[in-house]
Amino acid sequence: MIDLETFRAETREWLEANCPPEMREPVRDERDVCWGGRDWTFKNDAQKAWFDACVAKGYTVPEWPKDYGGAGLSPEEGKILRQEMGRIKARPPLSSFGIWMLGPALLQFGTEEQKLHYLNDIAQGKIRWCQGYSEPGSGSDLVSLQTYGEDKGDHWVVNGQKVWTSYADKADWIFCLVRTDKTNKYQGISFLLFDMASEGVSTKPILLISGNSPFCETFFDNVKVPKDQIVGELNRGWDVAKYLLGHEREMISGGGLGDGSLSLGSKMVTGLGKDAMGRMDEPMLRAQAAEFDVDAIAFKAMSERFVDEMKAKKNHPATPNMMKYAGTELNKRRHELVMAAGGSEALEWESEESGGGAKARTWLRTKANSIEGGTSEVMLNVISKRILELPDS
Amino acid sequence: MPLFLNDDQSMLQDTARDFMAGEAPVAHLREFRDKNCKDGFSHDLWKQFGEMGFTGILVGEEDGGLGLGHVEAGIVLEEIGRNLTPSPFLTTSVAGVEALKAAGEDMRQRWFPGILSGETVLGLAIDEGAKHRPENIAMKAERSGNGFKLNGKKDFVVQGASADMLIVAARTGGSAGETEGLTLFAVEREAAGVSADAVRLVDSAMAAHVAFDNVEVTADAVIGEVDQGWDVLTRMLRAGRTGAASEMVGVGTGAMDMTVNYLKERKQFGTLIGAFQALQHRAAHLYSEMEIARSVVLKAQQLLDEGNDGAELMVSVAKAKAGRAANLAVREGVQMHGGIGMTDEYDIGLYMKRDRALAEFMGDANFHANLVAEMNGY
Ligand SMILES: Cc1cc2nc3c(=O)[nH]c(=O)nc-3n(C[C@H](O)[C@H](O)[C@H](O)COP(=O)(O)OP(=O)(O)OC[C@H]3O[C@@H](n4cnc5c(N)ncnc54)[C@H](O)[C@@H]3O)c2cc1C
Repeated sequence: MIDLETFRAETREWLEANCPPEMREPVRDERDVCWGGRDWTFKNDAQKAWFDACVAKGYTVPEWPKDYGGAGLSPEEGKILRQEMGRIKARPPLSSFGIWMLGPALLQFGTEEQKLHYLNDIAQGKIRWCQGYSEPGSGSDLVSLQTYGEDKGDHWVVNGQKVWTSYADKADWIFCLVRTDKTNKYQGISFLLFDMASEGVSTKPILLISGNSPFCETFFDNVKVPKDQIVGELNRGWDVAKYLLGHEREMISGGGLGDGSLSLGSKMVTGLGKDAMGRMDEPMLRAQAAEFDVDAIAFKAMSERFVDEMKAKKNHPATPNMMKYAGTELNKRRHELVMAAGGSEALEWESEESGGGAKARTWLRTKANSIEGGTSEVMLNVISKRILELPDS
Repeated sequence: MPLFLNDDQSMLQDTARDFMAGEAPVAHLREFRDKNCKDGFSHDLWKQFGEMGFTGILVGEEDGGLGLGHVEAGIVLEEIGRNLTPSPFLTTSVAGVEALKAAGEDMRQRWFPGILSGETVLGLAIDEGAKHRPENIAMKAERSGNGFKLNGKKDFVVQGASADMLIVAARTGGSAGETEGLTLFAVEREAAGVSADAVRLVDSAMAAHVAFDNVEVTADAVIGEVDQGWDVLTRMLRAGRTGAASEMVGVGTGAMDMTVNYLKERKQFGTLIGAFQALQHRAAHLYSEMEIARSVVLKAQQLLDEGNDGAELMVSVAKAKAGRAANLAVREGVQMHGGIGMTDEYDIGLYMKRDRALAEFMGDANFHANLVAEMNGY
């Protein structure tokens, strides 16, 4: 391992040379986020250049092993890369459920063959994944899920319905929880991977209050899934599912960090103006912004500590639940303040000036943060049970 | 540097934890309170702090100390908070020492040995009035002969009556509201013209209103530079604020642990009250707030120890966040204990009292949230 200061200097230089200026601007709309996948069209050359450079260097997944498409960075090097990317406000080159959720689960539970195949595809942004967990009757009580996979020798035949499947209509493959034993609640679920282009898979988009429809109802009608497309053991998919949820919660908690800039109040004041003392011209909002900044900066420290402790295997395994709870509640508060500071301008839903209602739509979207990936109430249940070890009711 | 304690720091934590729990648990505070101790702390315990080396954590090695940092001081303070240990540690060994580090050789020689051995106690004479407003200091120090003559009044001088020396912030120039023109003085508690009116605080600590009536000091009493006291004061306040934040993390965690344990013991409606989701969720929320507070306090300490420019902002965030979180811990603590939480016999109320005092010390959460806004340009 080269020494860390050299690594930092090299990283700086590499970023300077490879991260185009456009990729250092804040993300403004959905297409600014590069999701990859079979059907992906890059928004512009800069997005493609940045993506290609990172894929070649292993920087879409810097801490994954090189064999699986990563750069094999140590935790310390990974931290430096994040810091340096944060410093120049570089956008993530590739965002995907494969990176945040499936990848970590495969690294932990996958066979060597699966790792080589699926992880490389994820790292190179070739396959876009979606998550088939929730069902109409199984939300917080996920383990009650009913989608059934019938054993047909060398394959399963899957029937059932998922719901709230984010980007199901855009995804190439799905990682899906399927009941393979109806007699055993927890140990009767398997974690299957299959192509969304398989015969019998259909999706129906659902419109959100934000006016977008990023998620779907997903139907399975006699879908054939080959037996080698299972992760982990038969009927032990719940272990994989829970492990993956930990990573998902951690990822969602990242919303609490905002766009990486330290102070929301300093942004609010540009619109609201200052009084003669140089203070935000809305004393009550100023106070709320200050309280928010205190909480947000403190959460940022929590997040740093969480990552450091995780790399050193020092924290309680249930900590992602606490991060998710705190981070999402914080992000919802942030957007309440953004709306309050924006006043009537922030109400605009379509106008050019409002970026097509970006503030209002984002504000509404953040309300899902404390629902998706497990609700805040469920997070608090988990903290009570697993960390505080409070008794069952 | 990762944001958790390294091995040496973890060892210090074990040592401090065993020491405080063994020598100065909450019962120790009760003992000193109930005998109406005029100093509000045990001099023997303070000497033990010296023997343990705690008193020298922030004192440089060249002055006989351990030359460690704010992280280490915070480790001791957290245990002090958890056990509600009464001691001059925060004012003397953390804030006071940090100010004296800016002093010349003679003054350091004069005070450090006594501090190291746990014999000397310092009082911090900063606040004037009921709220912490350091830039509003009005107390005057006029030039007189080759020294200065001090006149004015100071409040909330913790252990002011039993201190050996007072670090006094006064104006040699400028006027209230300005940071220029402040000077820090080391004034012997027994100097002619210094009178301390001791008052017991809600947490049983002793503080004093201190009056300075034509107190003569020589130029040697100046800590740092004349008129440039703001720099030293800032340094001292950063140390004190971060230290108080650590102590509040200890107080909050102590109160939280006690409360969570109670939830696992007390039965109503035929079940442990900890099985009620209404209480579980509040306990889990509290846990989350305490963890966040702990993280940012450590972050502030690491930045201070690195001499990082971002430390000032982080110190205010830490004091504000720890203040809010510990306050939540003690309020939820009393409520979740029900009637027994209101009794003097039970310890949870003592946590509430200590928290209130620490909240005021060197600026409350509102004061620091306001500073956060100012530092961010709004
Ligand atoms: C934007 C968005 C994207 C999503 N993407 C996906 C996806 O890609 N794939 C996927 O599988 N799922 C996805 N979900 C689904 C998400 O995981 C579920 O919505 C979530 O788990 C909650 O389930 P539910 O909607 O059925 O609510 P319910 O479980 O019915 O909850 C309703 C209310 O009851 C509360 N509640 C439930 N149980 C308890 C309890 N034990 N104690 C206290 N309160 C309780 C909840 O907190 C909530 O307030 C997404 C959801 C959203 C909003």
